[in-house]
Order: sequence, then C-alpha cells, then structure tokens
Amino acid sequence: MATLHTVNKSPFATKALQSCLAHARDGDVILMIEDGVYGATAGTDLADVLAGHSALKIYVLEPDLQARGLDTGRLLDGVSTVDYAGFVDLAATTDRTMAWL
Amino acid sequence: MAYDVNGTTVEHDEEGYITNLSDWSEDLAKVIADQEEINMTDEHWAVVNFLRDYYEEYQIAPAVRVLIKAIKKEMGPEVGNNKYMYELFPYGPAKQACKIAGLPKPTGCV
Amino acid sequence: MSEDVKKFLYVNRKAPYGTIYALESLEVVLIGAAFDQDVSLAFLDDGVFQLTRGQDTTGIGMKNFSPTFRALGDYDVTKLYVERESLEERGLSADDLQEIMYEDEDDDWAEKPSIRIVSRAEMADIFAEQDVVLSF
Repeated sequence: MATLHTVNKSPFATKALQSCLAHARDGDVILMIEDGVYGATAGTDLADVLAGHSALKIYVLEPDLQARGLDTGRLLDGVSTVDYAGFVDLAATTDRTMAWL
Repeated sequence: MAYDVNGTTVEHDEEGYITNLSDWSEDLAKVIADQEEINMTDEHWAVVNFLRDYYEEYQIAPAVRVLIKAIKKEMGPEVGNNKYMYELFPYGPAKQACKIAGLPKPTGCV
Repeated sequence: MSEDVKKFLYVNRKAPYGTIYALESLEVVLIGAAFDQDVSLAFLDDGVFQLTRGQDTTGIGMKNFSPTFRALGDYDVTKLYVERESLEERGLSADDLQEIMYEDEDDDWAEKPSIRIVSRAEMADIFAEQDVVLSF
C-alpha cells in the first residue's frame, strides 16, 4: 500500500520536501520534479535532508534535471532517475499519488 | 444592466444576479421575482429569507440539497422536498431563489 | 453507502489569503460533496492557519471564507484532521481554532466537533488509507 509523493518545489524555497519526508511511510516513493529536483543534489547545505530515509525509494525526473543543467553525477547517493514513462509507471504501481505543492 | 426599484437603479450581471449584495431590499426582491414570473407567497419568502440568513452566516449560498434539508427541518416535509421547491421556483430553487434573495450564483450551480 | 464510495482526502498546506489555494480547495470540497464520497480534509503546515479564529478581511478587500468551514457539516463533510505538530510549530493550539460542529444524523442530530487534532504519525496513517488525495 505505497504512496507516490511528488515534490515540485526547491527545498531552499519551501519546506515541502521536509514535510513530505516527515509524512512518508516505509516503502513509499518520492519523486522530485520541476524545481523539486534541486533537493536531490549533493554538496548543498540540505544534502543530509534525505539521511535516515533509506526505507523510501527516491527518484528525480531526468528531463527536469537536464533542463536545469544538473548532471546525474551531482545526485545524492540512493537517488535514481526516471523519464516520463518511468513517472507513469510509478503512478501506476503505487496505490495513490500525493502532490506536495 | 440594472433593475428599477421605485425609481432607483440596482446593477445586475448578464444573468440577473445583483452586483452589490448590499443593494438588496424586499422591494428589489419583488422586482426580480416579477421578472422571473414568480408571485411571491409566504413560502417563497421563507426560502428567500433562509437563503439570506445562510449566506450571512456562512458566506455561501447553499447547494439545493442543503437548502431542502434545512427547509425540511425548519418547516416540515410538506415544504422541504424537491418537488415542492421546484413548484415554488420552477427554474431551480437555488438558482432562482438566490437571484431573488440577492445572492451570488451558487458555487457549482449549472 | 454503496461499494462505489471512495475515500477522498483534501490536503491543505497553505495559509488562507496569500495564495488562492485555500479558497480553491474549499470550493472544490463544496462542489465535490455532491458526489457522495467519503470525504476528509487534512490541515498541516501553513494550512492550519486556515482554521484560526477571528479572521477579518475587511481591510484587504478579499472575501473572508473562514465562516464557510462551519457550513461543511451541511454537506456531510465532518472530518477535519488538524496536525498537532504543525499547530505547535506555529505557536498555536486547538484553542486558537474556530469551533466547527456538525449534526450527527445517526445519533439523533447530536452536535459534534468536526475538527480532530491528530499527531504527525497519525496524519501519515490517514494519508495511507486514502483512495484519492487532492492537494492544495
């Protein structure tokens, strides 16, 4: 009974990612899209935001990374990329989708 | 577009809902009712007054089923039922009665 | 309720007047109530500010829609979950929220409170029970 959580805001602008992580349950999936992808980058002040959430599956939407000039090499450990088709698969294989606006 | 109420004009939109809710008066209600071809009886006034009170308290016009449930509770099942409400206001109790009551068109009312 | 009834949760995370989200959410809830689903509302993060007492918008030229929450009971929307941690982080307690009651049809129309204060962990459980989650 997993939930797909989408986060579309930069964690430097709002607390959507932090709130999402605080409400996600083990086995849930987090997908960072739009400005949300900044939350998946290493070497930032918020790089430890995902620490302690190893029971979650964390993805970023690759076209949004690419658009912002972020190389997949900059991603935090444990973060995977998906394309649009992968986004659809995630939505289809989880029980509900919840947007953190 | 405006109604003429004893010589003063009250603005309304293209569907006949008044623009400024504080322009409402019983005389205006009668003018709008005339235009809607409704002869205002005590039952009509009870519905209109209920709508005005509801809007005053909650800042929305109630949906039809909410209106009917409330009228049923207040005035009994003879008045508070769908059929009777549509006899009073043939083009829809919420829509037509709200217009006469001087309220905005109800949310979700098509 | 028939088997077609699904659990719908409207998630409110924004303060009332800075953006249009809160008002839009409330309007969607009122319209959606016509579909006879099992509807709950969740208020967390800045969304808890939507329910505070004493709102008066006369000075900002916007509609004060806080009284409209008190009409939700008429629409059979009687579960308003408010997250305790979100309140506390903002220096608020349940006493700072307006009273929202509904009449319980199955209990001789007894008046009952619609607001239920829940912990963050309980809120996460509530999310996980839903069929559909609508975010605002």
